[in-house]
Amino acid sequence: MKQIQEELDKLGIGQLFGRYPFLNGYLSTQGLELNGEETDTLPTFLKKLDPDEIEDKALDAESIITGTATYISQMLEFLGDGKERSVTEITLYPGTNKDGEPENFDKLTFQRGEIVCIVGPTGSGKSRLLGDIEWMAQKDTPTRRRLLVNGDVPDPKWRFSSSDKLVAQLSQNMNFVMDLTVEEFIRLHADSRMVNNAEEVVQNIIREANALAGEQFAPNTAITSLSGGQSRALMIADTAILSRSLIVLIDEIENAGIDRKKALKLLLNEDKIVLMATHDPMLALMGDRRIVIKNGGIHRVIETNDRERAILSNIEALDFKVQSMRHMLRQGESLEHFEF
Amino acid sequence: MNLVTVSGPPSSGKTAIILKTAATLMQKGVKVGVVKFDCLSTDDDLLYEKAGIPVRKGISGALCPDHYFVSNIEEVAQWGVKEGFDLLISESAGLCNRCSPYIKEIGAICVIDNLSGINTPKKIGPMLKSADIVVITKGDIVSQAEREVFASRVNSVNPKATIMHVNGLTGQGAYELGTLMYQEEVQVDTVKGRELRFPMPSALCSYCLGETRIGDEYQMGNVRKINLER
Repeated sequence: MKQIQEELDKLGIGQLFGRYPFLNGYLSTQGLELNGEETDTLPTFLKKLDPDEIEDKALDAESIITGTATYISQMLEFLGDGKERSVTEITLYPGTNKDGEPENFDKLTFQRGEIVCIVGPTGSGKSRLLGDIEWMAQKDTPTRRRLLVNGDVPDPKWRFSSSDKLVAQLSQNMNFVMDLTVEEFIRLHADSRMVNNAEEVVQNIIREANALAGEQFAPNTAITSLSGGQSRALMIADTAILSRSLIVLIDEIENAGIDRKKALKLLLNEDKIVLMATHDPMLALMGDRRIVIKNGGIHRVIETNDRERAILSNIEALDFKVQSMRHMLRQGESLEHFEF
Repeated sequence: MNLVTVSGPPSSGKTAIILKTAATLMQKGVKVGVVKFDCLSTDDDLLYEKAGIPVRKGISGALCPDHYFVSNIEEVAQWGVKEGFDLLISESAGLCNRCSPYIKEIGAICVIDNLSGINTPKKIGPMLKSADIVVITKGDIVSQAEREVFASRVNSVNPKATIMHVNGLTGQGAYELGTLMYQEEVQVDTVKGRELRFPMPSALCSYCLGETRIGDEYQMGNVRKINLER
């Protein structure tokens, strides 16, 4: 940080842009018009501005300088090798339920590529559990739960990082609200994540989303006109591939217009930890474990056993039939000769 | 007493966020009071009362609401001290996106919502740029991608702020916001002599003085003309 501040005092704006290409975006957001060839340093440039312009654009020179230094150091960290962010496992230690009674487990370890289901009635404390994980609770939330990352107390700066949230969320009532085509939208997201091969990533996401969706959509479809199933397919593919969050929380995947099994597989392929609140038997049994929440606390942890797995293959066979019938209906076919 | 100013565009969820956050603080025994500043009318005071939070409202009426805020904040602080609050929250709507009621060394929170559009952070001036904490609301109705894009836009406008996602309906994130909003060791007994973080726009023209007629001959004082030439 100190080194960056010295650079700001010494280097001309043009040189700074050469070193930190993302800086132009930041400074234009702050209301400065720059062509990237200025030889003045940023403090000198700001000093030379017309006082009327400073007032009109509500500029604050000092805050722009400190903000620039902060932004550069954030971006360097974001673009860095990511070693310090690489999480392999998360361990949860018990707290208490709403009545202050201790929770029924010693510790829970979540590993990359694992599906854990969360079951329990509405209001039982599912969102609090998620909140504790996202906040990396250190006995400082109402449940007094504690969370370790890779076996260590996590760095508190994680809590406030806007670019590296631990948890990404996909829930039932989410919509796309932007007025953009699928392609433009994914590119916008890719740009905000500073990926190098944006074009390739965009095409990859659209391909994966189409593989999940019952009905195909074109890259130039407006995101707001996608069907429910297509929207969710796109959200899942985008979260799996572009989001940096290690944990993906899913609040029930509707059984309509999307291949749920493939969707989960895509997330696991990207090495995510999937936490899924669901009461759908097929999804619940796909998890390796189920966390049962009752009265604000974790009441029980059930490992999916062989007997349950056997049931799962029956459910999957049934689900396959239902999906096939859905497909036939969509194609305008008759079901009278369907083998059930 | 702690004093915190919360502001943000209309309908961004300020009141919902304050209600949820205050509830988590009150559960910990923190005594919270609220003063709501608004322009023409507000019924939000009833919501605070219903939640058991002592509240006063200030309606600026024909005055600029942000100027009204600055002229009254010391009286508000004194009310809070007299009532013995641990935390006094002042809530004010940001109306023209140019002003901000933030005071140096007094906690400043800006509330904006995911639905307001990705170019909005850039359009909001000092209210967003000079806030200490930016709370983003309505995340439950937009996609993960839009949330991430929006948060990164906010971060590029104000990289120094702590950005939090809080859900005003379920209260997810409110507990965490509460731990930042109330800091036991901070003591504010008066704001007299303190300074605004940002000067308000200079504007004194004939329309400020009640002129309603349109045309050059009626315009006096600080008047500036739009440039329509390319």
